Amino acid sequence: MTRLLLIVCMAALLSACSGEWGWYVVNPTTAKGMTNLKFLLSGLGYTILLSLTAIIISIVIGLLVALPGLSSNRLLKGFNRVYVELVRAVPILVMILWVYYGLPQLMGITITVFWAGVIALALSDSAFEAEIFRAGIQSIDKGQYEASHTVALGYTDTMRFIILPQAIKRILPALGNQLVYMLKMSSLVSVIGMQELTRKANELVVTEYRPLEIYTVLLLEYLVLILIVSAGVRWLERRLQTDQR
Amino acid sequence: MPNQTDVQLHNEPIIRMQSVSKFFGEFQALNGVSIDVKLGERVVVCGPSGSGKSTLIRCINQLEKHDEGTITIDGHTLGRKKQSLKVIHDNVGMVFQQFNLFPHLSVIENLTLGPTRSRGASKSDATKLAMQYLERVRIPEQAEKYPAQLSGGQQQRVAIARSLCMEPKIMLFDEPTSALDPEMINEVLDVMVELAESGMTMICVTHEMGFARRVADTMVFMDHGEIVEMTNTNKFFEAPDSERCQEFLQQILPH
Repeated sequence: MTRLLLIVCMAALLSACSGEWGWYVVNPTTAKGMTNLKFLLSGLGYTILLSLTAIIISIVIGLLVALPGLSSNRLLKGFNRVYVELVRAVPILVMILWVYYGLPQLMGITITVFWAGVIALALSDSAFEAEIFRAGIQSIDKGQYEASHTVALGYTDTMRFIILPQAIKRILPALGNQLVYMLKMSSLVSVIGMQELTRKANELVVTEYRPLEIYTVLLLEYLVLILIVSAGVRWLERRLQTDQR
Repeated sequence: MPNQTDVQLHNEPIIRMQSVSKFFGEFQALNGVSIDVKLGERVVVCGPSGSGKSTLIRCINQLEKHDEGTITIDGHTLGRKKQSLKVIHDNVGMVFQQFNLFPHLSVIENLTLGPTRSRGASKSDATKLAMQYLERVRIPEQAEKYPAQLSGGQQQRVAIARSLCMEPKIMLFDEPTSALDPEMINEVLDVMVELAESGMTMICVTHEMGFARRVADTMVFMDHGEIVEMTNTNKFFEAPDSERCQEFLQQILPH
């Protein structure tokens, strides 16, 4: 509630500080403004779809990279280190360009803008996810593994029933951060022509010449999205907390 | 009391450790330890902290891999992976100082997870078995609670029941009462005494000498990674051979 108030105040303040604002471009009471607004919002679906798909894939890859990192086997541990260090060193924008323009040439495949975006974001994020998972899993007491051994559970069952359910509670806040980060980074995929929020705003600016208003709307779009995600993550945290007495 | 069950003891040892050594880096935790434990025998291991008592029993179920010597359980010599793991899983249960219950699972889920996942027991069979053992440790009414809602003594009894649900031939106890408030020690020891009387093979690391006197067939005294004294319980408390053991007993026995 306080957040909402803050947003309203900010908007009021911004609109009051100069006479140069031309809110007519996105004024929903006029036909033109409504069309523009709809146009801006039409990127919302792609932004959400892109971010969600990418975060799910990055969680899967992250887990697959994190688990070898916890092994006592040198080779597996090495794989984890190399992956994390290499992938973490690539700027997201560079990764997007490389996956979209480079990967098809390298592998002789065609790749859509959407999947190029998903792959690039997921890869970039997976290195961070892997580190988050590794830290979360390592924070679980070693007695839990030992107890699991005494009731004859193997590695997979130990992870699935004992370690991961406990680790997820500690991982969740960091994971929420990554999801927010992913939503924001999805704006970069506009450079290869993905029709998401930022791309739509760019296109509208070109035709309307009102960058201030349009980009302000864009900013608010991300703000609202991210506030919703934060609230969702906090709700999930609370639920998991009450699950474990 | 201890002699009463001697006739039940089988001749073939169920656990045989021969010249077992274990190193943690430079530190030698076990130094050529040899011990035989027969089916139905109750062994209590004592000694000063850092003497290798915990390491000894942790080697038996391979929570620590021994570096030298051989460990044989139920005729199988423990070696690399798979085969050994199965022998341990089929035969050996363990109770820890810190209970190590699964905090995100209810008591009943703590007890049924092992049997259902690794023994292929049906949910209803596992639940039946779990309730039976919860009755035995006298807390069937706590079945639906979570570990954090129980007292330390109750948690440790759940941990004992959890191990028993796997129906092991051997139970290892690693200082099961050391983390408990004094008023809860007896409720756990009572359960352990009953278990001993039922004929379970037990190896207990503990400082509870009253308990040891009551249930142990064999007393083991360790110091600096070696077994200094290993003898029947009466002799151990009345006339131990080694000076170190005499000193230790003087320090811990009540005046």
